[in-house]
Amino acid sequence: MHDDDDHQHHHHAGHDHAHPPAQKDHDAAPMGAYEVLEEAVRSLLIEKGILTSGEIAAAVDLMDSRSPALGAKVVARAWVDAAFKKRLIKDTRAALLELGIDIGTIAEFSTVENTPQVHNVIVCTLCSCYPKMLLGIPPAWYKSLAYRSRTVVDPRGVLAEFGVELGREVAVRVHDSTADLRYIVLPMRPKATRGWSEDQLAAIVTRDCMIGTALPTVPSRPARRAAR
Amino acid sequence: MVSAAGSFSRPPRFKPGDRVWVPARAALGHCRTPWYVRGKPGVVAAVHGSFRDPERLAYHRPGLPAQVLYKVRFRQLDVWPSYLAGQADHIEVDIYEPWLEPQP
Repeated sequence: MHDDDDHQHHHHAGHDHAHPPAQKDHDAAPMGAYEVLEEAVRSLLIEKGILTSGEIAAAVDLMDSRSPALGAKVVARAWVDAAFKKRLIKDTRAALLELGIDIGTIAEFSTVENTPQVHNVIVCTLCSCYPKMLLGIPPAWYKSLAYRSRTVVDPRGVLAEFGVELGREVAVRVHDSTADLRYIVLPMRPKATRGWSEDQLAAIVTRDCMIGTALPTVPSRPARRAAR
Repeated sequence: MVSAAGSFSRPPRFKPGDRVWVPARAALGHCRTPWYVRGKPGVVAAVHGSFRDPERLAYHRPGLPAQVLYKVRFRQLDVWPSYLAGQADHIEVDIYEPWLEPQP
């Protein structure tokens, strides 16, 4: 440790600024109460033969395999297949099964559709409920107190900070997932995507589009290089 | 989960379009009705089905009897009197039947 400090000072000789502390390993801190509890419960479940380590690892892998790409695939299908879109809005669970996506039994799902009249945005004010089985692990900001409290009080202000400016002719509808349902936003398909394939469409559906904090955008063509 | 959306352990008290309000009472223990809608009027937007009662589940009970869960739509202007933006802006909150009363 002492050698490292000398090393750094050598590099910065003559400079008069503070060094940021070296980044710690994520498990360097002593275990918190919940970590101890988790380890104790997990060990007991394995010891008593209720679960195996393999089953726990498989469940973690399943969760890790979920990502916004899955949700984007669903949105792209809804954009090209009006009958599927109808089924998705009416019974999200069943429509997802058609695509081979099993959302499990922890919560029900509901799809809310953006229209020229209504823009939807998802929040969970009580904790941080999120459609994990379709979008994967939530971004840190989704769980922040600021997003959770401000989205209900000032949704237009929050959306503007995300770069989504909505006119007064569009009603903002906030969905607070307080209970047994998880919500996903079905964004509007940009007009400039006529004739695109499902894969092309899925590529412009970002995670935030499905939370409601972004709109799908069509990348502009690379500008032609100016003649020398 | 005890019941899927759309199935009911008992007939729902409210139907879509019904005008309701959330009692302004305090909760004893765990509760999934946010403070900001207590005492506020709303309209039933959807009836989700019956789900285990989170106020019992939270204390390691089976959560029975299951409670009917509704999607209730509130006008932002009713929830936040100082709300400045669009008149047509709404917030929708999922609320269990014991936390809803008919509007007089």
